[in-house]
Amino acid sequence: MEKPLTARIRPDGEAVDLKAYERAGGYQALRKALLEKSPKELIEEVKDSNLRGRGGAGFPTGLKWSLVPTGDGTPQPRYVAVNADEMEPGTFKDRLLLEGDPHSVIEGAAIAVRAIEGSAAYIFLRGEYVLAAQRLRRAIGEAYAAGYLGKNVLGSGCDIEVHLHISAGRYMCGEETGLLNALEGKRANPRTKPPFPVASGLWGKPTVINNVETLANVPHIINNGAEWFKSLSRSKDGGTKLYGASGKVKRPGLWELPMGTTAREILEEHAGGMRDGLKLRGFLPGGASTDFLTAEHLDVKMDFTEVQKFGSRMGTGTIIVLDDATCPVGMTLNLEHFFAQESCGWCTPCWSGLSWAERILQAIEDGRGEDRDLDDLEAITKFVAPGNTFCALAPGAAEPLQSALKYFRGDFERHIREKRCPWPS
Amino acid sequence: MATIYIDNKPYDADPSRNLLDVCLSLGFRLPYFCWHPALGSVGACRQCAVKQFKDEQDTQGKLVMACMTPAAEGTRISIDDPDAVEFRRNIIQGLMMNHPHDCPVCDEGGECHLQDMTVMTGHDYRRYRFDKRTFRNQYLGPFVNHEMNRCIQCYRCVRFYRDYAGGRDLDCFALRDIVYFGRREDGVLESEFSGNLVEVCPTGVFTDATLKQHYTRKWDLEFAPSICAHCSLGCNTSPGARYGTLRRIVNRYHSEINGYFLCDRGRYGYEFVNSPLRIRDVTWQGGVIDGAAGVERLSTLLAAGKVIGIGSPRASLEANFLLREAVGAANFFAGMADDELRLVRRILEIMQSGMASVPSLRDIELSDAVFVVGEDVSNTAPRMALSLRQSVRQQPIRSIEKLRIPVWNDNAVRDAVQSAKGPFYIASPYPTRLDGIATEVCRAAPDDIARLAFEVAEASDENSPAGRIAAALRNAQRPLVVSGTGLNNAAIVEAAARAAQALGAALSYVLPEVNSAGLAMMGGGTLAEAMEAVRGGAAETVIVLENDLYRRAPAEAVDALFRSARHVVALDHLTNGTTARADLVLPAATFAESAGTFVNNEGRAQRFFQVFIPHGEIQESRRWLRDAMLAAGRIEAEALDRLDGVIGALGRALPRFARVHEAAPPAAFRLVGKKVPREPHRYSGRTAMLANITVSEPKPPEDPDSALAFSMEGYSGQPPPPLIPFFWAPGWNSIQSLNRFQEEIAGPLRGGESGVRLLVPNGAGQQQAGVPPAFQPRNGERLLVPVYHVFGSEELSREAPAVASLAPGPYLALSPEDAKALGEDTAEVSIGGKTHRLPVLVISGLPEGVAGVPAGIPPFTGLSLPAWGKFSRMP
Repeated sequence: MEKPLTARIRPDGEAVDLKAYERAGGYQALRKALLEKSPKELIEEVKDSNLRGRGGAGFPTGLKWSLVPTGDGTPQPRYVAVNADEMEPGTFKDRLLLEGDPHSVIEGAAIAVRAIEGSAAYIFLRGEYVLAAQRLRRAIGEAYAAGYLGKNVLGSGCDIEVHLHISAGRYMCGEETGLLNALEGKRANPRTKPPFPVASGLWGKPTVINNVETLANVPHIINNGAEWFKSLSRSKDGGTKLYGASGKVKRPGLWELPMGTTAREILEEHAGGMRDGLKLRGFLPGGASTDFLTAEHLDVKMDFTEVQKFGSRMGTGTIIVLDDATCPVGMTLNLEHFFAQESCGWCTPCWSGLSWAERILQAIEDGRGEDRDLDDLEAITKFVAPGNTFCALAPGAAEPLQSALKYFRGDFERHIREKRCPWPS
Repeated sequence: MATIYIDNKPYDADPSRNLLDVCLSLGFRLPYFCWHPALGSVGACRQCAVKQFKDEQDTQGKLVMACMTPAAEGTRISIDDPDAVEFRRNIIQGLMMNHPHDCPVCDEGGECHLQDMTVMTGHDYRRYRFDKRTFRNQYLGPFVNHEMNRCIQCYRCVRFYRDYAGGRDLDCFALRDIVYFGRREDGVLESEFSGNLVEVCPTGVFTDATLKQHYTRKWDLEFAPSICAHCSLGCNTSPGARYGTLRRIVNRYHSEINGYFLCDRGRYGYEFVNSPLRIRDVTWQGGVIDGAAGVERLSTLLAAGKVIGIGSPRASLEANFLLREAVGAANFFAGMADDELRLVRRILEIMQSGMASVPSLRDIELSDAVFVVGEDVSNTAPRMALSLRQSVRQQPIRSIEKLRIPVWNDNAVRDAVQSAKGPFYIASPYPTRLDGIATEVCRAAPDDIARLAFEVAEASDENSPAGRIAAALRNAQRPLVVSGTGLNNAAIVEAAARAAQALGAALSYVLPEVNSAGLAMMGGGTLAEAMEAVRGGAAETVIVLENDLYRRAPAEAVDALFRSARHVVALDHLTNGTTARADLVLPAATFAESAGTFVNNEGRAQRFFQVFIPHGEIQESRRWLRDAMLAAGRIEAEALDRLDGVIGALGRALPRFARVHEAAPPAAFRLVGKKVPREPHRYSGRTAMLANITVSEPKPPEDPDSALAFSMEGYSGQPPPPLIPFFWAPGWNSIQSLNRFQEEIAGPLRGGESGVRLLVPNGAGQQQAGVPPAFQPRNGERLLVPVYHVFGSEELSREAPAVASLAPGPYLALSPEDAKALGEDTAEVSIGGKTHRLPVLVISGLPEGVAGVPAGIPPFTGLSLPAWGKFSRMP
């Protein structure tokens, strides 16, 4: 089984340096992209590969690139923003790439810059990723020194700059337009769409925003072709996927597996199943902002379409497991506290709804719950439905809440009835 | 025009507008918070949600925000859809989660947009059962009170303050339901437009701190349509009074002038009306006499002859005209400083010459390339500065046309435009508050500023500053030149006109005072001539109308005038140097206690009406003069009793004022037989407020001068714009009720805008003065230019305590080089024969040879500035 994303990752945890990256075929794709292929061909190749955005939304990457206006009289310069603000709770997949193989992200970003006939890429990095920052900085320096970045890259006549920006921190910075505002030094509120960033993005210029894992796939697609990439997958979406598992499984971790691997295989084979004496009660398939699924859904293929059939989303593909010795109300409270806290405070449903939901959950967990609370919680999840809010944060926050109310309703009712959390703290 | 369907009925709609705007224009009751007609849409509050359907077959539909959705052809929406109704109710529930439930004791209650919208959406039971979040409030200065617990996070305050008005020190902090809108630390808000927060805030976070000193509910105030008296722009205001004191001023929308906003001087300067310095009694040689005796004295003086009258640029046309009638046209003098009078007359000539078009503030806002020639607009005509701040957005917005972002989509436009600014050039001797938006700033002495503007008129070389300015204006679609009387320099006035004419630009002059234009149009001699008349014995009695001559001429000259006059009569509001020297002092009604007409800097005559009846012997200056004329046997004064009679006589005597009567309907005007009430229909205490005097409620006072009644009774519909005392509509108690008074949101008021432009281009009065020689610095001397202060330089507002608290004391402004050469914190300067020791204020950028002193602030009142000041020790 091919594992293009992680094949180079060193078992000792050190980063792949430029030499090792080059020995393993690194920057050949960039060379090809600059000297052998036209930007249009790059976009077509990525389109054909069925690469979909790995940040969680699954937007087709090639299509996104193709929406950037190019040609005479279109706005200049154009930018790529690399979303390395991995702040989704339970998600740690980009970190592996950033720390272990930073050149793969840089090369992917450089190719993206070329594809949109842009001039620069900005890597927006989560503030807590200190090690990744050090390694990216070193790798960017190496790439400049070797002529893979800078002026007239590889004699192609193209200039490609890559800048590293360390986030001051906030979940909202990971929302692509919040990220743009943060890059510009503004409050990380989401922006009005339309216009979309491909038309008016960073500093008002056309901008493509791609996730780290997405971009790390790009050099491999350019090197090996779209057909090869599609062949890696067990589903319609191309490629491999970094899947992860956290919670009380035997071996929490991260694995590169074919796209469309089932949740059961991830949890039972790779994560080694539940710890002894514990049973799986539910799981969040791809980060905190996805709906809970339960044991009956374990055979779902983890990709962008299959998981949706069961009322959830693959999201980032990093599973959070809820076991039968952990209070589901407590877990939901923890999640909603996070989302309420990270609401930027811009639109009313989000800032009021999530703060209210958090307070209700806290009351239930503290034994102060009332019968009507569950109705109120359900009403809030509808209040913050997609379209009602300004961005996707609150609808995402509603996903674990609405599904917890569906699958663990008895636990909520018991808290209210017994006026306490029945789980030992 | 597009056809859109609202709840299955077709309506015409302008597709360039958004659905909220269209729905409100059509009269629908669609609630909103974050949207503001002048600030555009941002989609934050989600209150204006409606259900949108794809087509007739679509029964599902989806919720959209009306403010964020264009009124495109064929759009189908439902306001009454149950999902939309419920969602809007839930939004209010969310907003009310943390909002105090204390409307009865909240000072916004009764004019609170949140209160209105809560009632409108039908939210009446709150399910939220937890503690409300609380904040610590900040001290924000004397104008604006801060009560953050009421905040509903609509972001209007920061959008107005930062994005629209260019302020920097108000911001939002933190997140979730605890976003804090305030300053980094307590302190006076820096923007001179901070008072608009009071109206922009949909609830009571930002309230009028001066109103709080003498609080009254909106429904308990009596109002009248008024005109701001504190600069030459003539912003429309709605002052409110109760128990014989003026309580506050709010904006009265005028689409061509002030739009939705006022400056803080205009909003807070009103307290001079309540000042302890108010003259309320008639005095004769220091002793109080009654009103009839005062009239008797004045009539005796008039009958004795040898009387001259000195008018005033801060008095109404009618008051000035009555004085002119009382003393005779030949004995009427204008009451401005002589050089200022010459400048204003020349400006009026230029405005009439047709050399350039005369823009309204709305036109200024839409200008796309601006050259400001020697006028510190932010301090002399602040509301114009707010319009100028919008002008720099015009070219950048045009440059992103390809993105097809509707202009109302405010954040999207701002994100696309970023910090790009259109061409904006300033020539000024000292830094101004508009420098931050300027493409280029030229610091120069007044004569050199004039030289630059003359050069701009001729320039062809694009590498010189003048050439760049000329090119920018020439390449613009709506170029504008702004100048004024601020630097008291005839060459600047001339050069600005020359530049505007050469570049095809509009031309706006800032004038010194509220009725400078009106007074200059009336004619009259100079002060020097008045002084000569008295000195030469041709005149024995001097009547000074609403004017402190110590602000018009050097103290020695005024002292000499008063010494040689046998009798001095002063009619004024506040005690001042002139009233102190007068034998007869007559208490004159202020703008709030009288009706009359001011002519603004566009030459637009606008009527203001009496707000309340003052305590004491106070009456309108024109009534004192008319009563005295009658008593002196001048029967022609009989026709000058009522305002309409005065205006008629004025138009007959001076044909250039023939159209002044068009500024507002006459006193006889009635709507279905009724007058327009000054008081809201909920006005309370009517039967009780005079109970200590008489238990039977007296008849309301008559108002012979207007179609307004001192009553809560009268016509209950919408009066014509010049007669709108306050904005209120059923269900709309806040200032946002204004929406109901417009045909189209942000357009003119129903019935057309008020005011009448008196100046008609006549092609006369072409170029006069030539190019002055270059400024030559002098050894040991500096040219002292007047430095204007929005708070402090204007005579009346500086007696309002809140404004006074922000006014600077006297100082001497020196360049850093001069300050260093001087090496001391204070400096001694001789000017006009007097020596002053003053604290030094260092102002970076003052040109070589130039220093500054605060305009209109003692001891620099009455001096003709700029003037050379001699320093005892200065290189």
